[in-house]
This record gives sequence, C-alpha cells and structure tokens, in this order.
Amino acid sequence: MTDEKEIVAARPKRKGYGLSQRARLVKKLTLIIPVAILSILVLTAIFAPWIAPDSPTATNMLERKLPPAFMEGGTTEHLLGTDGLGRDILSRLIYGGRVSLSVSMLVIAITASIGTALGIVAGYLGGHLESVLMRITDVSMAFPGLLLAMLLSVGIGPGFWTVILALSILGWAVYARMVRGETLKVRELDFVLQARIIGASPLRIMVKHIFPNIINSLIVVMTLAVGLMILAEATLSYLGIGIPAPTPSWGSMVADGRNDLSMAWWISTIPGIAIGLVVLSCNFLGDWLRDKLDPRLRRL
Amino acid sequence: MSDRIVLQVENLHTSFFTRLGEVKVIDGVSFYVREGETLGIVGESGCGKTVTGLSIIRLLPEPAGKVVGGKILLDGSDLLKLSQKEMREYRGKKITMILQDPMTSLNPVYPIGDQIAESIRLHRNLSEGEVLKEVISTLKLLRIPAPQMRLRDYPFQLSGGMRQRVVGAIAMSCRPRLLIADEPTTALDATIQAQYIALFKEIQRETGVAIVFITHDFGVIANICHRVAVMYAGKIVETARTRELFKNPQHPYTIALMESVPRLDQKTDRLYSIQGQPPSLANLPPGCRFLPRCSDPLDFCHEREPEEKVIGDEHSVSCWRMWRTN
Repeated sequence: MTDEKEIVAARPKRKGYGLSQRARLVKKLTLIIPVAILSILVLTAIFAPWIAPDSPTATNMLERKLPPAFMEGGTTEHLLGTDGLGRDILSRLIYGGRVSLSVSMLVIAITASIGTALGIVAGYLGGHLESVLMRITDVSMAFPGLLLAMLLSVGIGPGFWTVILALSILGWAVYARMVRGETLKVRELDFVLQARIIGASPLRIMVKHIFPNIINSLIVVMTLAVGLMILAEATLSYLGIGIPAPTPSWGSMVADGRNDLSMAWWISTIPGIAIGLVVLSCNFLGDWLRDKLDPRLRRL
Repeated sequence: MSDRIVLQVENLHTSFFTRLGEVKVIDGVSFYVREGETLGIVGESGCGKTVTGLSIIRLLPEPAGKVVGGKILLDGSDLLKLSQKEMREYRGKKITMILQDPMTSLNPVYPIGDQIAESIRLHRNLSEGEVLKEVISTLKLLRIPAPQMRLRDYPFQLSGGMRQRVVGAIAMSCRPRLLIADEPTTALDATIQAQYIALFKEIQRETGVAIVFITHDFGVIANICHRVAVMYAGKIVETARTRELFKNPQHPYTIALMESVPRLDQKTDRLYSIQGQPPSLANLPPGCRFLPRCSDPLDFCHEREPEEKVIGDEHSVSCWRMWRTN
C-alpha cells in the first residue's frame, strides 16, 4: 500500500489547507476587499444622481485643476479635486462608473449568449457545422479589435452603441471556444447517453443537460471578462473612439488629464487607479469563483 | 411469460467505419425475446454485446457506427425503418436501456424526481400532478423507500445501489415493452447485485417487460435469464434455455466459458482460462472464428464458417462438430 501513500503525498495540497491563521486572514481579505470595491461601484453607479456631490458635466472656470482634499490647496467641496474644466472628479468618477459598468455588462451579456449558443451547437452536433463555426471563431480571435473599433467609429460615428457593437462583434469567440471545449467533455458522459435513451431531442439535450453542466466555467470566464471589458471601454474612450464627451467615462477622463500630468497629476491618475482597482477586483473574484465552482479543482 | 414475441432481431449486421476501413462488429446476429422473458447475452469483452444493445435502440456512436443490414422488429415494426424523430418517440416509451455505471448515468445537476419525470413528460401528456403520481409509483415499483422524500435528492446524495435503482426507475417510468440492461449490476457489490436482480425479476412479473440482459457473469445469467445467447467475435455461437445451457453446453467456447467460472466445490491450484485472445475483427480469417482457441477442431474448420444447427428445443449451436454424423 505504499502506492497509496505516494499518491496522497503527490496530491497537491488543497488551497487554504494547513495555512497559518494569518495567511488565512489574508486569503479572506483577497475576497472581502474585491467584493467591497465592486459593491461600492455597483451601488454608486445605480444611485449616482443621489450620491454624486456635483453634476458630472457642470464646468466651473474659477475652480479649475483643484487638487484633491488631502493635498495642500484642496477643498472638501471637491474631495478628489477638479479637472481642466473645473468639473468635480469624484462626480465624474461615479457617473463614469455607470458607463463602464453598463458597457461591460451589456457586452458580456451579448457575447456570452452568442458564444455559448454557438459553442454548444458546435461541440454537440459536430460535423461540418462545427468546422465552419470554429474557423469563424479563429478568424474573430485573430482580427485586431482596435482596428475594427476605429472603423466602426468612423463608419457609424462614436457613441455608446458603437462601443457595444465594437466589443461584441469579436468578443463572443472566447466564449464559443471555451464552451465548445467543455461541451466536448460533457457530451461523452453517460448521462447524455441516458438522456438520448429516454428520447430527448438534441435541442433538449443541449439546453437541459449540457448547458447546466458547463455554466460554472462560463460564470468564471464572465467574471474575469468584466475587468477586461472595463479596460477595453477605457482604451476606446482614451483613444477618442469610445463614449463621446461630455459623458464621463473612465477612459476619457484619463485622456483628458494627459496634458496636465506634470501640473495636475490627479486628473488622469484618479480614474486610472479606479480602473486598476476594479479590474483587479474582478480578477480576484473570478479566481475565487473558479476555485469554488470548478469541481476538478475542488477535488484536489 | 407469454408466447408473444416483443423483439425479433434478424440477421443484424453492424459495422464501424474507421480509418482502417470497415470493421464488422456484429456479423449476422439473430435472436428474439418474448413478453416477460429475459434473454441473456454473454461473452467476453469486445465481442459485440454492448454494440448489439446500442444497435437495437439505435444509439450507436456517430458517425462511425452503422447498422448495415438486418431487421430489428419491435412488436412487428422494423425500428431500422423509423426516422430519427419517430425513433425518439420509441425510446424511453417502448424501448429503453440501463447503462453500466450508475455513478455517471444520472445528471448531477437535477434532483432524481425531475430526471424520472422528464421521461414521463416527454412521452405522456399528463398534468403536473399526474406526472408526480407516476414518478412516485415508479419509485415504488423500484422499491425505493420513502419515495416522497427522495424526490428532491440529488444523485450525489445516493449510494451506488440506490442510484442504479433510480436509473431503473427512469427506464421503467413509461412501462416500456423492451428493456436492454447493459451490465447493470457490474458496478454494484455482490449483495446489492443480488437484490437488484431479484428486484428486476419482480418488476418483470408485474409489468411483463421483455429484457435483454447483457453480462459476462454466468452467476447473474443463471439467476435472471430464461434463455442465453453466447456471443463470440460478433456472432452468436450458441443459444439455449438457461438450464439446458448449463447442463448441456455444446459449443467449445461455451464449454470453455463454463470451465472458466471458479467453483467453490472443487479444489484447484490454478483457475482455468481460455488460451489465446479473441480475433481482431478488422481482419478475420476465413473459417471458424474460434478455431485458434478451440480445443477440439476438425480438419475443415478453417475453410468455412460453421452453420447454425438446431439440436434441441430452442437450442442451436454454430459449430461444425454438431454436423458430424456418428
């Protein structure tokens, strides 16, 4: 029975198992802090009109480039200072969060639905359909997204829906590929054969038997995508092909402060920090979810 | 058991089309099962037992596997002539199958009540209340204790034996005419195995379902089957009533299989095993498939495949030795 001992010894230690008290606390914090940050983001985005101290678009030429309250010369009236046009940065940050959040949620809803549907169909039905769908997926993943976004922005003009479209047209491919892989795995399991034995149709098997068994992986990828989408929207807005002014968006806020970096660094830096914190939080949450939901990782 | 024949398989040919070419996995198999009767199909791994089952219910792995010839008559209508859609209406309702491993044949995300109800909803137009009644009566049929409380249990909450009963409940939910049981007891331990077999004998008495029982265990055969068909390399080499087969096996392969069963009443140093390996189905030699392993071959066994000879009431053997006149 030495074999068994070796197997036990070779098995990777379960995460969190055998950690010291302090290490476990740190591990807990890596969940609590991201959840707190994301909760604040969601709540402030929903209740922006009541929470924001000021209008995000009201300019005030007398109070331009005011530093944040914690710096010399800052006022409590503008906690995070003002930008080059005298607009309150905190208010713009709160309203900008709305844009970031709605863009990423919408894009993820669209891309995940399309990608999942195509991925399950390709994986379960197979054949020529699968080959065609997967080649389209390959092309979508190879196509430069930024170029497409620029073309669209020129073609139909910049705006909220242009950003959604630009991020959705190629974004589904990641889901399609991942879901197809999971479907290939699940379709070989006996309970799928069992479903066919009782006379379930292919559509029923895909929707009722395969989809619920791949949803865990899907949720993880979607969570990780929140950060990516916020980053993508910020990139587009920074480049000026995103949400047009004066609607605040974190990307365009970073862009606005570009020229004043030496004099008024906070104009660019504060929205930059916000982007970084939110993306990081999403990644932490995604990793945590993956550990929680993935039965293969759980078994280790 | 009545005299009505539920399933009649005539000269079934099933092939797998692989990169190496056509592999004839089932090569001319014929048998029948009556109402309330259990036919055992026995043979070693890879002889085509499971493929026979999958051919009947038409769920061969696609696109490689295909039935290339023969007839499969269920209550007189040929299943091979049905469209996929018509076949789906037969599956679960008139013909069903129990798979080997109860650990994987239930969907982990649904409570067992839902999984039994799914089959009923698919095939019978009942109200939700009636469906629930049917589910409970099916759970009772399978002797699952406290059915009302079990409904919301997930597969992972059940033991292996209980899961296999749930799989049996799904199979019996629409009271099918034919049940193909593909080694349903192999994954169970000996006591549970005996219970499960006793249970299916009772269920058969109550419902009159015809059973094709695929196994490699002669103990199980002796216990549940009325008749047995012995398969070797894609062909049935001998078929007889169970008692007759055990008392009077004729084909050298059947005899060798019987010899291989360890016996409690005799002391031996070494257990008997059949020499050699089953032939590769991809390139079969002409003549008898069992010849290389046969203990008592005749001079012309390598020339032609043996023909079937009826040697008694429902007892037929495919071996040239049966044709010898002496």
